Amino acid sequence: MAKRKHVLPGFTLSLGYTILYLSLLVLIPLAATFAKTMELSFEQFWDIVTAPRVVASYKLTFGASLIGALINAVFGLLTAWVLVRYTFPGKKLIDALVDLPFALPTAVAGIALTAVYASNGWIGSLLEPHGIKVAFTPLGVVVALTFIGLPFVVRTVQPVLEDLEAEAEEAAASLGANRWQTFYKIILPAIWPALLTGFAVAFARAVGEYGSVIFIAGNMPMVSEITPLIIITKLEQYDYTGATAVAVVMLVISFLLLLAINGLQWWSAQRQIASR
Amino acid sequence: MSIEIRNVTKNFGSFSALNNVSLDVPSGELVALLGPSGCGKTTLLRIIAGLESPDGGNILFHGNDATERDVRERQVGFVFQHYALFRHMTVFENVAFGLRVRPRATRPSNDEIKRRVHELLELVQLDWLADRYPPQLSGGQRQRIALARALAVEPRVLLLDEPFGALDAKVRKDLRRWLRRLHDELHITSVFVTHDQEEALEVADRIVVMNHGNVEQIGSPQEVYDNPASPFVYKFLGNVNLFHSRVTAGRANIGEIELQLDDHHEAQDSPAFAYVRPHDIEILKERTGEPSFEAVVSYVHAIGPLVRLELERADHTELVEAELTRERFKELDIAEGARVFVQPRNVRVFLDPASTS
Repeated sequence: MAKRKHVLPGFTLSLGYTILYLSLLVLIPLAATFAKTMELSFEQFWDIVTAPRVVASYKLTFGASLIGALINAVFGLLTAWVLVRYTFPGKKLIDALVDLPFALPTAVAGIALTAVYASNGWIGSLLEPHGIKVAFTPLGVVVALTFIGLPFVVRTVQPVLEDLEAEAEEAAASLGANRWQTFYKIILPAIWPALLTGFAVAFARAVGEYGSVIFIAGNMPMVSEITPLIIITKLEQYDYTGATAVAVVMLVISFLLLLAINGLQWWSAQRQIASR
Repeated sequence: MSIEIRNVTKNFGSFSALNNVSLDVPSGELVALLGPSGCGKTTLLRIIAGLESPDGGNILFHGNDATERDVRERQVGFVFQHYALFRHMTVFENVAFGLRVRPRATRPSNDEIKRRVHELLELVQLDWLADRYPPQLSGGQRQRIALARALAVEPRVLLLDEPFGALDAKVRKDLRRWLRRLHDELHITSVFVTHDQEEALEVADRIVVMNHGNVEQIGSPQEVYDNPASPFVYKFLGNVNLFHSRVTAGRANIGEIELQLDDHHEAQDSPAFAYVRPHDIEILKERTGEPSFEAVVSYVHAIGPLVRLELERADHTELVEAELTRERFKELDIAEGARVFVQPRNVRVFLDPASTS
């Protein structure tokens, strides 16, 4: 193969390093997970991953993550909108607050949320008389997963909103469009890919979340037990193959979901490219 | 529909963008707002459109106060410098947008929308691009689509903000002629903003020259070019020679020559500026009876239909620029370094504002 000249030096070296790095950190551990599962026969594997308690945990983990990511898509967009479009005192502070769920140790977040939403906490005590229990229920799981996913949507949508031409909105208004029409016909299509990305990342983050959830969830089997906790429980019982079997199922579902979201992104990007 | 602008003021912080501006745009006219950047012309256009609200004053459409009316209800077509097309919509959908967002009661049927859009696309001669997306078009095509989109809502007024500003010189020229023809066909009251004097002189029925938030002069292209009302207008419209001068009782001294003026009779040895267009500079090889001064040809630029000369006055005070036809230049038979006599015609003298105040 003829050696091609590149303007940027070090292509082979940097590519080699990237592959090594990804292998050590991502590919090899993942492969090991699958390898460990291979110790089980298919029947054993199937029994473990379809045990009612495990299936209930899948439903909770993916369902609560989906709800959390959806809530974040709506309110994260709203937050990004407020931060980009308006100036008000304390804006910098609010902007910084958005990153807090990134920085806060998840266990701290879990304890804080539990304290606030428990039946004797500030918010929990207000909700209790209305029959709404947050802490130690699936609702609590949703709250925790919403909390940790917030920055992802805000931070992906914010730069796109900032780049949006004000002129396009003015043009829409001069053509007689009302605010709602301007929003869903002009603004939403422009930020849609970013919103989808933010949603996907928030969702992926929520599926893998452990620390903040286990405090507020109460971890009742069949009700408020998340899949990562099942894995930990199995590990604590030295049931390594059982833990990896569940882990493999999570991996596959996460992978399929991310693939679907990526497909959706690709599809909307194609429409954008067609219009470029 | 006529537009009246009454004493409009607008400040951005401490910067005064518009300073008590009044202006009438008669129905069916094509008016150019001309001025350097930062003179307030775009702000004025945006206030007419309702995209900006004035701090004081009124905007009247056809005699009715529209100052408080929302941009959505003003029925203006606005064309932006950078087109502001909706990139995720086809050309067809862009043009159809104004019709599709109408309330159900007044929205035309799909067939009607289709017919109207194609009619407009034919008007801007781009019907064959209906299914493309804006980023696939050239700048000139995009601006024509933007115009078609603005016309789709049947605006009573068409407002164009530097419509050809982002295009290259050739396309610009074609498009402004095309805009002129379109206006002659449609007769819609139009206001366009430009900083290009050539564009304004060529296209507009009337020109409003603006500077520092004030209107300097309003008039036909002929009027503002031939009879500039202020030194600013003189300098802004076309090339001009400036001579330092002194005026006493209606007579102006420029170097060794003396001119009789029609005005400034009460001036007593006042400093003044005299303005002469380059094509009003007569070059002679011999001194005649008319007042003239001596100069040396320092530079000859003989490309194009006109020959441009740079002349250095014999008293070395000022450079003079002159434009002659090629025939006249041949007749004179002069080259760089030649000694000639300069005879200015159509001199306009303005007293130095610094000394009169």
